[in-house]
Amino acid sequence: MDKTITPRRISSFFLVIIVITLALSIFAIYSGVTAYISGDTGTAYPSLLIGVSGLALSAYMLFQTRGRTLHMPIKMQPVTTTVLCQKCGFKNLREFQRGDYIFKETEECPKCKEKMQITAIYREAEEKE
Amino acid sequence: MIPNVSQLIPTEDNLIGWLLQIAWLAFFVVFMFYGQRIQIYVMLREIEGSIRRLKHIKDEGRKDAISTIKELGKPKEDPTTRIDQILEYIAISPMNMDPSGIVWKLEHILDVRDTRFEDEVKLIAPEADETQVKNLENTLEAALVLNYFYKVVRHFYMLGKKTLSLYVIMQLQMVLPLVMKEAEAFASALKAFTYGQPIGDGAGALVAAKLMQGHEKRKIAKDIVVATVPIEGRKAHVLKAEGPGGNVGKPGEAIKQILEENGGKIATIVVIDAAQKLEGEKPGEVAEGVGVAIGGPGVEQFKAEETILKYKIPVNAVVIKEDIKDTVSPLRKEIFEAANTAIDRIKRLILERTKEGDSVIIAGIGNTMGIGQ
Repeated sequence: MDKTITPRRISSFFLVIIVITLALSIFAIYSGVTAYISGDTGTAYPSLLIGVSGLALSAYMLFQTRGRTLHMPIKMQPVTTTVLCQKCGFKNLREFQRGDYIFKETEECPKCKEKMQITAIYREAEEKE
Repeated sequence: MIPNVSQLIPTEDNLIGWLLQIAWLAFFVVFMFYGQRIQIYVMLREIEGSIRRLKHIKDEGRKDAISTIKELGKPKEDPTTRIDQILEYIAISPMNMDPSGIVWKLEHILDVRDTRFEDEVKLIAPEADETQVKNLENTLEAALVLNYFYKVVRHFYMLGKKTLSLYVIMQLQMVLPLVMKEAEAFASALKAFTYGQPIGDGAGALVAAKLMQGHEKRKIAKDIVVATVPIEGRKAHVLKAEGPGGNVGKPGEAIKQILEENGGKIATIVVIDAAQKLEGEKPGEVAEGVGVAIGGPGVEQFKAEETILKYKIPVNAVVIKEDIKDTVSPLRKEIFEAANTAIDRIKRLILERTKEGDSVIIAGIGNTMGIGQ
């Protein structure tokens, strides 16, 4: 795999097509402009249209050959831990910490000093269904 | 007619016209003879992009697994080589030419695999506690799956490139969006496993944990705990995998044990599990039905069904719907909240289907990572 697609090479066939399209497009634009100056709008407009389209096409093809950046981080989704005091009902929502699990007894309640319990761990999904 | 046709032929002084005509002709000729080949190249380029993404995901997963093992396990030697070997692990399915008894053979293979995996993790992470060992096992499993996805996709890509077979490439291209979706899900799972966060698959275990909370538990089968809980005047044997380490246990074996202990005198069985939702369904929807809702390779479902059939006990299923991505991603809020809905449905089911004083089994199925009891 590493040998076949990394580092990314532009195939010579593809490069030749791009170069030909580019050359034809530039020529078509040049002819269009010349025809326009000489007043031959019947030839000028189609030539300009073809030239611009070809230029756009070759630019797109060239853009496609660029090696895309691989820095696409795997997102760590924010996960919330709910800590609840069973005695006084004090609730604390905080970010998930390693070692948290549902029904784990955690820190003391700041109000009644009883041990609190993790009652929920979840993430709020960003994506829509 | 003739003058109209003649307009299509460029005049002598119209050079651009000539060039364009030649280009058009060349375009048609090229597409006539090389159309399929061009299509193949376009498809290969698309696949190449996906392979790059897969490779990136796989490498990130491997890196995460190594760093977590180093952090939690504090190995004396560098575990990288050993981890790379684990990522190449294979389990060969039993021969199915004579299918009789294949379930027990498969169970044995899976048991050996689990033991081997656990031993390997303990060896490379000597300082990790029991819960961390289970979570690290899950982490390595996810990294192994990502490695496998990448290798299989690469295999078909290279095969297609080598043979230039449109059909090999087309099949790969068609299935690739689904493969990528699963790979992204496992990448997200890997992150959850390294932190020991509860995942969507644990929905069933969460329901059981909520029911058995505050009651005495005992071990009934490998990695499975059971508690006897009074629910609506009935005696409920609630079981789940032992948490909070990442673990599914042997729920089929546990159901079998409880049935044998009670001489088959169980009024009904309710099995709760996460089920894959269809596109358009909402995550966290609760559905009811009949049957043994135990996923996985099928061994546990088979064992439970065998014993249930022996005693002819009605078996009900309550499932919590979720997407494949949610199954292995950190527990989604909608799925967490669905656990309460599932409990209401179980209570209603028991009230309608059993009499006061009856015994019932409530089995919460799924990976219990991040869920205690």
